[in-house]
Amino acid sequence: MVNRANGEPAALVIGAGIAGMQAALDIGDAGFQVCLVEREPSIGGRMSQLDKTFPTLDCSSCILTPKMVDVSRHPNIELMTYSEVEAVAGEAGAFCARVRQKARYVDFDTCTGCGVCQQKCPKRVPSEFDMGVGPRKAIYTPFPQAVPNVPVIDRENCIWFQRGKCRVCEKFCPTGAVNYDQEDEFVNVEAGAIVVATGFDQFDATRKPELGWGQYPNVLSGLEFERLVSASGPTAGKVEIEGVGDIKDVVFIKCVGSRDRSIGNPWCSSVCCMYTAKQAHLLHDRLPDANVTVFYMDVRAFGKGYEGFYDRVREEGIVYRRGSVSEIYKRKGRLVVRAEDTLSGQPVAVEADLVVLATGLTPRADAAQVAEMLGLRQSPSGFFAEAHAKLRPNDSGVAGIYLAGAAQGPKDIPDTVSHAKAAAASAIVLLSRMKRSQARQTEPAQAEAVVAV
Amino acid sequence: MLEEAQTLIQNLALLECIQCGRCTGGCPVSLKTVLNVRRLIYDTLLDSMSVDTHPELWDCTTCTTCSVRCPKEVNPAELIVGLRTVLVDNGRLPPTVRDALKSIGIRGNPLNMSAEDRAIWADDLDVPRILDEPAQALLFVGCTPSYDPRIQPISRMLVKAFRAGGEDFGILGEEEFCCAHEARRMGEKEMFEGTVEMYEEIFEKADFQRMTAISPHCFNTFKNEYGVDFPVEHYSQVIARLIKEGRLELKNEVKLKVTYHDPCFLGKVNGIFDEPRDILKAIPGVEFVEMDRVRERSLCCEGGGGRMWSEGTNVEERLASERIEEAMDTGADVLAVACPFCLLTLEDAVKVGGYEDRLRVLDVMELVTKAMEA
Repeated sequence: MVNRANGEPAALVIGAGIAGMQAALDIGDAGFQVCLVEREPSIGGRMSQLDKTFPTLDCSSCILTPKMVDVSRHPNIELMTYSEVEAVAGEAGAFCARVRQKARYVDFDTCTGCGVCQQKCPKRVPSEFDMGVGPRKAIYTPFPQAVPNVPVIDRENCIWFQRGKCRVCEKFCPTGAVNYDQEDEFVNVEAGAIVVATGFDQFDATRKPELGWGQYPNVLSGLEFERLVSASGPTAGKVEIEGVGDIKDVVFIKCVGSRDRSIGNPWCSSVCCMYTAKQAHLLHDRLPDANVTVFYMDVRAFGKGYEGFYDRVREEGIVYRRGSVSEIYKRKGRLVVRAEDTLSGQPVAVEADLVVLATGLTPRADAAQVAEMLGLRQSPSGFFAEAHAKLRPNDSGVAGIYLAGAAQGPKDIPDTVSHAKAAAASAIVLLSRMKRSQARQTEPAQAEAVVAV
Repeated sequence: MLEEAQTLIQNLALLECIQCGRCTGGCPVSLKTVLNVRRLIYDTLLDSMSVDTHPELWDCTTCTTCSVRCPKEVNPAELIVGLRTVLVDNGRLPPTVRDALKSIGIRGNPLNMSAEDRAIWADDLDVPRILDEPAQALLFVGCTPSYDPRIQPISRMLVKAFRAGGEDFGILGEEEFCCAHEARRMGEKEMFEGTVEMYEEIFEKADFQRMTAISPHCFNTFKNEYGVDFPVEHYSQVIARLIKEGRLELKNEVKLKVTYHDPCFLGKVNGIFDEPRDILKAIPGVEFVEMDRVRERSLCCEGGGGRMWSEGTNVEERLASERIEEAMDTGADVLAVACPFCLLTLEDAVKVGGYEDRLRVLDVMELVTKAMEA
């Protein structure tokens, strides 16, 4: 057990997606120590899974990776990846968190990130980062731009750990960085403020069985399609699906798992209208001859530049038909999408080769446990509850703990960044007070002069 | 325009509707008729609804897919029932529907059969009467299983299987009458309410702990609409349990390729998908294959909502014909069902199509019985 912060006011940021990274950077830039904890092997979060982002069509990795590098090099940020916060005690100004640093089985200082171990590993499993659309090895970095660029071994699927054979990675590693004897380590982190940036999960479309996700290989969730179409994805961005021939007709379906009381998800997930427009654009870009239809109930293009993007996408020839899709089945080898075109009043059965579901944003699967650990309240949706819906969007119910990003509710990237910076500002206020209070204690005379003013 | 519009709007929360079209989009008959339940809601909300200009109101099978899928928890199916009720109250309904309702009112069944003959199907079986002796379960037979010669043998098979499995049950016999599930959906609200009251009295007198229904329609109404205080099950749940507990042994090999059609009121409305499949898979020799449109997407056979007594506005295309094509595409010898209406409509489609030597439509109990025979 090692104590951190050495008495300096410090912040603990939980989650290193764009929200956590931005918060950590701001707090670090303000001169405070930050401990940034991320449970995946790499930082980057959901943004690293995206291809291009709306409305600018910026390449997500291109705008994200500089921030990832900044975080990794920042003198005030201590990065703990493949680590999880397991318990938190204390109060504002004096939190203590126990963090489990999971064993990577690869030595940090010796590994050069050459990637030979991943190449040689014989065990292939579906990649979580690629949402199962493509594979990874048992020893892996989740994506090429991973920070840190040090692989981890997935025990459950490693032939050595499961059956006592192989050790090929160790054999080929040029620096001897593989170490099967590593164990999880525990660290105590002291922090004055905590920022919760734990992000979101994608709606599990098995809860909408009438749409055929999980049954048909050519019905994809939002993130699955995103990985398929990504330049760094399993098909290098080619829209190809094994077992499915030429893709001529594509249907995008909005509001899957959102705005739906029947399954207990009544909220709007905020970003799907725009990400569907973006995905339709990307599809059209890859397959210019394909017929693309978007079935919608509404189009919510609320942000800066969003309406213009929606116009642009329609100008490219993507057809928007108003009607919420009711079911998808297969007839003579093709998908059939059943809906009603409510503007023309015609029920339709549209044939498609590929269907993309605009799966909504949900709280993380372990949101309730995290809430309990930190004493947070959850909104009825399960996202962490803000102290006041309008005026205090970052304060949680607990003093000193601030909410950043989609953990508090579905958001797009600009709103996430703003929200994270706001959480950082609140943390900085608290840490500044701590610092001034400490200064007053060490130099009482000067401190009194300050107070008098 | 419609007097009852405001009441319907309030009772069915029609103001919640965002006109998304998921209801009409999933309606099995919407592709073959002009029935558009979303539009009916809209017209009712805007007070431009006139029941007389919608003959397609009688096309609805009340499969309830619309209500099951509605994201705002509006109940479009009940609007159709409500509009039919207005029509029935004013005596404006198709003659065949009128006859079925009259028959239910007078003879206690929609088939114009004599009430006295209700229990003829059980004549030599010596089935105990629940009003004379207490039993664990009341077996509610239903009109079609009591009177239709195609279904009566299935009722008998169920009795024999229950006995083999050690089920303690009794029937109402001649005291049984129509549960009014279809009557309510054909617009006879008062008849339904009267029926519920009559059964309340009967259930008070009888001594039993739970009910088993043969038809998913009877099952649905007793379970969800009557407000009874005892558990209600479909026979597939009981048979599956008997098999699982080893109380019903299936010894004979039944070498058939079998596929299964999910009835609306068992499957998508009440979520019972696995039990009939468990039964079929437990039969030795059966090769079980699934169609594509199964479970929540099963294609309605067009038997419900009074459609057994009304052809609707489109007589040329029957969904049952589409359904048996799908069954034949799997290469199955048998299309298994667990609902008397499904059995009759699907078997009819086989006959009309001339596919008798390619596909047989059998009730799950008929296959169970083959496996049970000595």
